[in-house]
Amino acid sequence: MINSCTKTLEISSLNHWYGQGEMRRHVLRSISMQISPGEVVLLTGPSGCGKTTLLTLIGALRKVQNGDVRVFGKQLYGACRKTRQNLRKNIGMIFQGHNLLRCLSAEQNVQMGADLLNDFSYKARRAQSREWLRAVGLEDHMSKLPQDLSGGQKQRVAIARALAAKPRLLLADEPTSALDSSTGREIVDLLKKLALEQACSVLMVTHDPRILDVADRLLQMEDGQLVPTV
Amino acid sequence: MKLANILKKRKIPLAWLLLTRQPLRILVAIAGISFAGILMFMQLGFRDGLFDASVTVHKLFNADLVLISPRSKSSISMSGFPRRRLVQAMAHKDVIGTTAVNWNFLLWRNPKNLSTRSILALGFEPSKPLLLDANFERKAETLKNKGRVLFDDLSRDEFGPIANWFKSGRLVETEVGGKRVRVSGIVSLGPSFGADGNLITSRETFLDLSPGNPQGSIEIGLVRVKKGSDIENVVRSLNLSLPSDVKVMSLKSFIEFEKNYWKSSTSIGFIFTLGAAMGFIVGCVIVYQILYSDVSDHLPEYATLMAMGYNLKSLLGVVAREGFILSIMGYVPAYLSGQLLYALVRSSTKLPVEMSITRASIIFFLILFMCMGSALVAMKKLADADPAEIF
Repeated sequence: MINSCTKTLEISSLNHWYGQGEMRRHVLRSISMQISPGEVVLLTGPSGCGKTTLLTLIGALRKVQNGDVRVFGKQLYGACRKTRQNLRKNIGMIFQGHNLLRCLSAEQNVQMGADLLNDFSYKARRAQSREWLRAVGLEDHMSKLPQDLSGGQKQRVAIARALAAKPRLLLADEPTSALDSSTGREIVDLLKKLALEQACSVLMVTHDPRILDVADRLLQMEDGQLVPTV
Repeated sequence: MKLANILKKRKIPLAWLLLTRQPLRILVAIAGISFAGILMFMQLGFRDGLFDASVTVHKLFNADLVLISPRSKSSISMSGFPRRRLVQAMAHKDVIGTTAVNWNFLLWRNPKNLSTRSILALGFEPSKPLLLDANFERKAETLKNKGRVLFDDLSRDEFGPIANWFKSGRLVETEVGGKRVRVSGIVSLGPSFGADGNLITSRETFLDLSPGNPQGSIEIGLVRVKKGSDIENVVRSLNLSLPSDVKVMSLKSFIEFEKNYWKSSTSIGFIFTLGAAMGFIVGCVIVYQILYSDVSDHLPEYATLMAMGYNLKSLLGVVAREGFILSIMGYVPAYLSGQLLYALVRSSTKLPVEMSITRASIIFFLILFMCMGSALVAMKKLADADPAEIF
């Protein structure tokens, strides 16, 4: 059982390298950070500084090579595939591209998230998916395929899908990069509002200076290191 | 209770949606699988049909046991044995009746265009039973006049429109073996691989039409035994008591004997089984292509699902289900076209090609195996789905 009073995320002296031998490149240098439950943290930095790598490590999508990464108190260093897989069910992910399943309607895409919850009946999961789509303002577009939705609508579906699995940590990688500024703003506000209702922590990578104010805390990264901010 | 549970646990039918949202791809897949299925249905149907056709007459014999010469290898090379053996067989306490049958190929002249063609002629004593058909006895009566024959209306058309002429009340006369005969009735036997047509006549007429045949020699002896007697037992004791110039066997093993000849001593079995195997391989390649490109196309989506927390096993399940759905969707049209083509083959070749439950289920399992096997190979591609690459 995961202790509720622990931090959502605790990282200490995390290092990561890409490549082998001569080509080996140090992309993350002794990163240490924490996220408390319900906190919204924004991570900024120039491209190529290792933000996405950090996100994939936290999301249990990559093996931790060196250092401590604890998500919900679970150690990811040396964790087996199964542990990481189960952990992923509690981590919602929103990608740069929407990454929706092309063959599924908006509602079905959201339900793919809800289907990860095993203890709910089909009807309950279906109802939840609809509820989420309503929450992101897409109640009129439930049966549309991704190709018939606009960029902002797709990203809303992606948010609904990520939240439908009831995650306790939401990782978002530049969710607004493909959107115009006003839509981007709406999306981020919506994301924050819904995440907080769920007591879900958010770690968002962004380049977008216009949305920095939603953060409880701002982290800056440069050359694989966290830069202390004022 | 269990069903309710399953309904409760059910999820989005991803495999079904992946397939059906790409109508063109699934149409190609169904066409390919059906084609493979039809190929297998046809090849195996022909094979079994030819084997069955070789015993169409055998199956109709009103007999429990059969006496043949040990030199007889098949219906197209029957040797004679002394008719006395049949009389000797009567001595067995369980035997209640016998029929001597002459069996040979004679030349039939088509009365319409006067061309000749080899026809299988059966000669027997009209007062004795020959075929199981209830109406046959009445028709056999007419053979008591010399020079009368019963013509098989399932014979190939090259023998002339005999049945039509006869049914329209016309007097049908032609030549068999150079002698004049009159058709006095119509029977339905069916052509076989060896014989394109059949006719039945009395022994007396038969010997007249084929003067080379020794008087006391017959090719087949039909033996009927008392109800409830142990046929295998009678076969054994007759084989012991009769000289070695005859062989006694049950009707069933006589049928098997004939089928076996066509199976083992000719290339039919090999050719058609090879044809079916080709269909199977073609199907495998098609299904593999379809599933492989389907997995490749959706690789980022599979990776997304893995990132969301779906495990590899459940994604492999999606591919397996796609294979299963394809096998069902491909089998149904293959089965229906199989039925249709069988009917076509029956009407144009008069071969007894029927849809048997065994063949239908064998082909179903072959298609299932084909689809699941291809799915299994296509699954390897899923290992390329790396959730870390999608950010």
